[in-house]
Amino acid sequence: MSVSVRIPTILRTYTDGVAEVNSEGATLREVLQKLEADFPGIGARILDETGKIRRFVNVYVGEEDVRFVEGLDTVTPDGAQISVIPAVAGG
Amino acid sequence: MALATAQPKTTLDFGPAVALSCRECGTRYDLGPTFACVECFGPLEVAYSWNSPGFTGPSPVTRRQIESGPANIWRYRGLLPVPADVLSKPNLAPGWTKLVKADNLARELGIRSLHVKDDSGNPTHSFKDRVVAIALEAARNFGFHTLSCSSTGNLAGAVGAAAARAGLDSCVFIPSNLEEAKITMASVYGGRLVGIEGTYDEVNRFCSELIGDPLGDKWGFVNVNLRPYYGEGSKTLSYEIAEQLGWRIPDQIVVPVASGSQLTKIDKGFKELIRLGLVDDKPYKIFGAQAEGCSPVSAAFKAGHDIVQPVKPDTIAKSLAIGNPADGPYVLDIARRTGGAVEDVTDAEVVDAILLLARTEGIFAETAGGVTVGVLRKLVANGLLDPAAETVVLNTGDGLKTLDAVSAEARPTAVIRPSLDAFRAAVADNS
Repeated sequence: MSVSVRIPTILRTYTDGVAEVNSEGATLREVLQKLEADFPGIGARILDETGKIRRFVNVYVGEEDVRFVEGLDTVTPDGAQISVIPAVAGG
Repeated sequence: MALATAQPKTTLDFGPAVALSCRECGTRYDLGPTFACVECFGPLEVAYSWNSPGFTGPSPVTRRQIESGPANIWRYRGLLPVPADVLSKPNLAPGWTKLVKADNLARELGIRSLHVKDDSGNPTHSFKDRVVAIALEAARNFGFHTLSCSSTGNLAGAVGAAAARAGLDSCVFIPSNLEEAKITMASVYGGRLVGIEGTYDEVNRFCSELIGDPLGDKWGFVNVNLRPYYGEGSKTLSYEIAEQLGWRIPDQIVVPVASGSQLTKIDKGFKELIRLGLVDDKPYKIFGAQAEGCSPVSAAFKAGHDIVQPVKPDTIAKSLAIGNPADGPYVLDIARRTGGAVEDVTDAEVVDAILLLARTEGIFAETAGGVTVGVLRKLVANGLLDPAAETVVLNTGDGLKTLDAVSAEARPTAVIRPSLDAFRAAVADNS
């Protein structure tokens, strides 16, 4: 499945400053693996040493926070837009 | 629309602040408009000389210097990331709100000593003026022309007002279904107000993406790219409470939890006062308060978890309706470290607590204040809070902003003709 991934500002050093890149995979896990293959080092910024999404990172497939669905096993349909966003406090 | 007057500064002036530091991994960064660690995505916070392990003092400020300062948060400017000349700049000068000795409420709840820190007395009637005042100075430092935020309501008003006073543009984003009073308060100051069809968490996500877009260039999002500075404003609650108690930290404090930022900074403020020798070192307990309809941190606390599972909020306490609280894990750490707890109450208990506080102390709190007072009552009932210990509870906003929450309960005693007979009859009916 071909998807697009929005890259947060602090990770754009890995993508030569590009804000949105194309990737592939049937699940979020596969998309992130392809992302790491294309932009070495970026995967370790999103996932911790145990392979889980870091606790201060929010990942969305379309409008859905993946923590509300299947996490890394969330299905990524063809054309899906994936967003990686640092968690921020609000109010 | 206000004119943009800020100019980029050649030299940054953040007073005693020396760096930004990752709360997770400790990586340090130069002071800048950034909020997440490149290494681990952890939140950045402001570091001072006295945060360094080798710091041995003396304190950069004395009690006497603070006491001779203005009756607002700038009396603590020597402990905040703001320039020394902040007093001469146009801002809302919030803070130094009342610490009300709440004997009537204490008696009702069976508590020996209770104070209400009533932050509805701030310029836009919530504690948000404190955090925005610090973020505004950062925005000026970085030469931003527009002040912005994602907001559950109170923050939007505080940003609009601060930008108006400072002569900056503002553009604030809120969930479109907020209380009418908060929408009015957020828009009255002349900046742009944009309602987003979604929850606060979706508004927050939108703002995070806007920061990376050219549309958001030169914008200071107080709770996103200025968040490390913004958060420091909540420390002034700790400073004021301690000073108003006679330079003493209370035994226990009950704090509302939305993102969790305020609670973590109250802890930071107490720790700084101890480290700098401005108060005696003593143990204190910090309790977090949530509404049952948005209680991810309370649920994690009770389950013994150290991570917070996000929820979809459904509560009348909209100012606390953050389902994915970024500082939730730290709230858990602090509640456990200090021997406190995180508890939640139903919406019905929130309304009841608003009425209780109003009836006993003459303080009309917004729903977030109903949450803290409701949780205080629950903590006493379930034995988690020591009724013999000195206790402070926060009211962070004004009840006039959330009238709908209590309008069904707070009605006229009677509506009568203007005659003594009619009044006698009405009094007899209600006696």
